[in-house]
Amino acid sequence: MSVDKRTVAKIADLARIAVTEDELEPLVGELNNILEWIEQLSEVNTDGVAPMTSVVEVDLPWRADKVTDGGYRDAVLANAPESEHGFFTVPKVIE
Amino acid sequence: MTKLTELTLAEARDGLAKGDFTSRELTQQYLSNMEQGRELNSYIVETGDIALNMADKADEMIRAGNATGMTGIPIAVKDLYCTKDVHSCSASHILNGFKPKYESTVTANLWADGAVMLGKTNMDEFAMGSSNETSFYGPVKNPWRATKENGELETKDYVPGGSSGGSVAAVAAGMAIAATGTDTGGSIRQPAAFTGLVGLKPTYGRCSRWGMIAFASSLDQAGPITKTVRDAAIMMESMASYDVKDSTSVERTVPNYEHALTGDIRGMKIGIPKEYRMDGMPDEIEKLWQQGIEWMKDAGAEIIDISLPHTKYALPTYYIVAPAEASSNLARYDGVKYGLRVEGDGLDGMYKNTRAEGFGAEVKRRILIGTYVLSAGYYDAYYLKAQKIRTLIARDFAKAYEKVDVILTPTTPSAAFAMGEKSDDPIAMYLNDVFTVPASLAGLPAVSVPAGLSEDAMPLGLQLIGRAFDEETVLRAAQVLEHATGFSAKPKIWWGEK
Repeated sequence: MSVDKRTVAKIADLARIAVTEDELEPLVGELNNILEWIEQLSEVNTDGVAPMTSVVEVDLPWRADKVTDGGYRDAVLANAPESEHGFFTVPKVIE
Repeated sequence: MTKLTELTLAEARDGLAKGDFTSRELTQQYLSNMEQGRELNSYIVETGDIALNMADKADEMIRAGNATGMTGIPIAVKDLYCTKDVHSCSASHILNGFKPKYESTVTANLWADGAVMLGKTNMDEFAMGSSNETSFYGPVKNPWRATKENGELETKDYVPGGSSGGSVAAVAAGMAIAATGTDTGGSIRQPAAFTGLVGLKPTYGRCSRWGMIAFASSLDQAGPITKTVRDAAIMMESMASYDVKDSTSVERTVPNYEHALTGDIRGMKIGIPKEYRMDGMPDEIEKLWQQGIEWMKDAGAEIIDISLPHTKYALPTYYIVAPAEASSNLARYDGVKYGLRVEGDGLDGMYKNTRAEGFGAEVKRRILIGTYVLSAGYYDAYYLKAQKIRTLIARDFAKAYEKVDVILTPTTPSAAFAMGEKSDDPIAMYLNDVFTVPASLAGLPAVSVPAGLSEDAMPLGLQLIGRAFDEETVLRAAQVLEHATGFSAKPKIWWGEK
């Protein structure tokens, strides 16, 4: 499988990364090199093999569904590029 | 008298306990070496004031008889660890100015034991790289330079490996006794091998990942970078813990790893996987590996040939799994919560411009690959397929460990290369991790031990891979190997005052 300029533009859009027209062409080449190299995995027979979901054999721990921590509004906002009245602020999204 | 900065961690611990010197004295010498070594670019931020403050507290702990193995020990911390109110950016522009309001569990454990923070070390951006050339803060120079045929040092710069390049350069250049690293596909072991140091990646789950800036969550693990195996054992014990804040950390008692260093591996079964004999591997790597086998045999170990048939698929599998997880983890950088914001047309425009300017080329490449392999229509062909092969790779190891206790391989397919040599070819760069990635995919503990020098006198390492949660056997074998190699080479100092 390989990607073309349109596909790369679409992936970049999904990943929310602005890509200029000039950057697209080299990216197509780079991504195709990597995808071509990855292609060798298709020769491995994986019939009946379960995909790995946990690298070490442990059961995920359970805990009671209750609030155990919190109340750090100012600490949470401390690194925000912009905040107002105790909220993160973003560009206007509703006209 | 030996300079304080030449002591190993264990020697410094013992000297501090005896009162031969204080942590403040030790820390001051390191701070002065750091000033001399700035051109190596191994530290992004030096935290001298914090260090001296912590050193004084450590000296009090020692006087009060409350010292642990790490008390008063000046260490470097990879920029990937969140340290409260101190620069923590994973060497990325997108986290510009980020100073977390909390401390990672691993560093909190170290500080609770009295360790001293010298500063935050440079690294490949978001730990994506094998040469420390992708950092927003510029590349790190390896303190080691090759020796020319006429016996003189090369004048060009070599990479320290990556992603924990700043951490290894700091330790190799005498600018920290030890350092924390993180390893996703080899980021502790490969740079340790490139700089003549010991680098230990413990079992997945041994350390809490809480407060570590995420790259690929099913692979990332914290670990120590040290001068000796004993030092690694001491530091590992302090770093490891079960943590309710990381559901993948494992609730198991942390052993006293130093006690595991008995020096006795008689009867230990050491596996030699034939698939690690790669086409085009330099003779000197093959020779070193053979020598390693001889050393272990001489120490009384039993050498057993084994097969790990899916080895050659580990690297391409990794380059699906890791970018997929990265694309998901790095979605959080949106210009809203922390770091960089670049305005644009509306909210989406702001996201796109922020991410375009904040991420470097390699990070973007991996996010795009990850987004593609997870996208509708390709998920099964790529991501699901890779996770199935990952199961097969883990099975290969499980089968091998029915017959052997530990596996011996080279750490890297070559010694450190010159800066710029591989930066234009992503796949050539990825191949650096061909021997380290399989253990990462299977979550197994593995250590790199300095084992010799290349033809042009650059360090080379051998790797030992163990069973899950059996760091003790790995470390025991590693110390015997370390002893047998008699490795004592140090980089010749070419930096600082001439």
